Amino acid sequence: MRLLTHNFLASNMKGVSTGYPLGLEVVKSTIKEVELNADFLRGILPKLDWRALAAATSAAGYPDLLPAEQPSEAEFFAEGAAEFEDSPIRRLHRALLEIHIDEGTLVCPESGRTFPIQKGVPNMILHEDEVRA
Amino acid sequence: MWYLCVFYHRLLDYRRPEVQSLAEIFGGPGAGDAVEWRMPENHHADSPFHLVRLPGDERLAAQIANRSLLVKGIYELWGQGTTYEELEKAIKEYPDERKLPYLTPESTFKIIVDSFGKVISFQEQNDIIKGLAYIPFEGRVDLKKPEHKFFVMETDDYGSQNGLPPVVQKTVFFGREVGAADRHLLPTYQLKSRKYIGPTAMDCEMAFLMANQGLARPGKLVYDPFVGTGSILVAAAHFGAMTMGADIDIRVVRDGRGPDCNIWSNFEQYKLPEPLCVLRADNNLPPWRTGLKEIFDAIICDPPYGVRAGGRKSGGRKLLKGIISPYTVPEEKRGTHIPSTAPYSLVECVHDLLHLAARMLVMGGRLVFFYPVVREDDFTDVAKFPEHPCFKLVASCEQILSLRYSRVLLTMVKIGPYTEEVEKMAEERHREFRENHQKWMEEGNLHSAVFSPAEQDGKPKFDKDSKPKYRGKYV
Repeated sequence: MRLLTHNFLASNMKGVSTGYPLGLEVVKSTIKEVELNADFLRGILPKLDWRALAAATSAAGYPDLLPAEQPSEAEFFAEGAAEFEDSPIRRLHRALLEIHIDEGTLVCPESGRTFPIQKGVPNMILHEDEVRA
Repeated sequence: MWYLCVFYHRLLDYRRPEVQSLAEIFGGPGAGDAVEWRMPENHHADSPFHLVRLPGDERLAAQIANRSLLVKGIYELWGQGTTYEELEKAIKEYPDERKLPYLTPESTFKIIVDSFGKVISFQEQNDIIKGLAYIPFEGRVDLKKPEHKFFVMETDDYGSQNGLPPVVQKTVFFGREVGAADRHLLPTYQLKSRKYIGPTAMDCEMAFLMANQGLARPGKLVYDPFVGTGSILVAAAHFGAMTMGADIDIRVVRDGRGPDCNIWSNFEQYKLPEPLCVLRADNNLPPWRTGLKEIFDAIICDPPYGVRAGGRKSGGRKLLKGIISPYTVPEEKRGTHIPSTAPYSLVECVHDLLHLAARMLVMGGRLVFFYPVVREDDFTDVAKFPEHPCFKLVASCEQILSLRYSRVLLTMVKIGPYTEEVEKMAEERHREFRENHQKWMEEGNLHSAVFSPAEQDGKPKFDKDSKPKYRGKYV
């Protein structure tokens, strides 16, 4: 599971109001490099919850990767930023798409219910007594 | 400009929508709607020969043809006639300034004789090519890698035998090829050589057509909520899209058949980027955070409709009916407990799918999915398909699976933003739809159309001759 997915997922069990952001406990993670697509990042940026992403990045073991406050669009998409190793867009790309959580747990912030991540696949299925009527 | 568009004689309903979707990809928004069609004189709509006007130059035509699966070729038509004499007259009348640039001494070319519904012997082909001597070809012949390919295509007036659509009149076309389909994709991606497949893996040709309908391309995000072994996402990834998938079956998405035979290995096998995410989730209870919307550029899927595989959703059957209260899972078993699931009817599944798509697709994004149809009903009724106020239906392509049932690939475009009012309206429409369709969907008509005998009281329930036979045979 990449952190992009973490940014979108919430606990939707009975009795929970927002169930977001999910806590992240990491047992095993890896970095897999992929090609950067600036158009994709530009499209996805306004949909992100920055604080949840920064927190998840720290929880995954990269506390210095992202600043606490979201950089401006101009900083992200400055000319040639994608080629520059340490640029905001490179860091965002790494955080969203290159960190993989292979084994770990997602934790509902309200109920404490845990959702396991096994072999990179988060299991968001609810038990019978957790489904909203 | 008008071109001659020649299709493969298969999946007839899918041919024009595919060209229009590809026009949208390569020609920009609105280009798909701007495509115009005509049939050559005296040709049946199911004929492989169509005339198309594309909103762009020859490059657009080439791009469309090259990515297409069903376009055999797009040609600049230099002439046509019912006889070779008429063809000669037409070609001679075609303006020189359109012809001469392709006939220069330094160019290389090849002439190919093709036919539909008949066989032309090698000797006859040679005679036809020699008969074209009135065209001032000055270039050199190169059979392997010619710069220009010219086609002579012939059909006969054989009526409707052969299991082919009726062609009323013999026609000969002559044209210069502008682009042609690359069907080499199909042997590369065929399911029998794929590592991990399930019983309902999508045939690769159909998966590519679905990806085309969903306008899959680089920088776009495609989601399949019933991902299974990933057969649809593989096609979308081939066209450069980023992919995401979910499934309710944990064994399929997490384990597959082992470390080298699972959903990830299917992407590795073709050197495609792996999905951004695969998760186990229930389409009935999607786990997306509140307020999240307009994420996906396309949702492409084959929902379970109970023929090959039945849908499941969270919650036991009795639990959902309120007969029993929920089973309380003891604390010590929570980690390993496998929750029970209940059948997920097609009507409910489609409702959830439209709801999800209305919320999660970007404006102008596409929802592409299969929908089953019992052919014993009158199929022409469009209201039969599910509707949603956020969506406009842009294509419905039937694939006949048996005499009695078929599936229709629906392509919908999101034309309105998702709001609470819209959702209320959608609930209303869904209720009407549900009442109308409960009968044949829920009471097992679909299942019986597939599995039970076609005859009742010794009489067939369905008139075998009401649809052209070649459709059932080749489509």
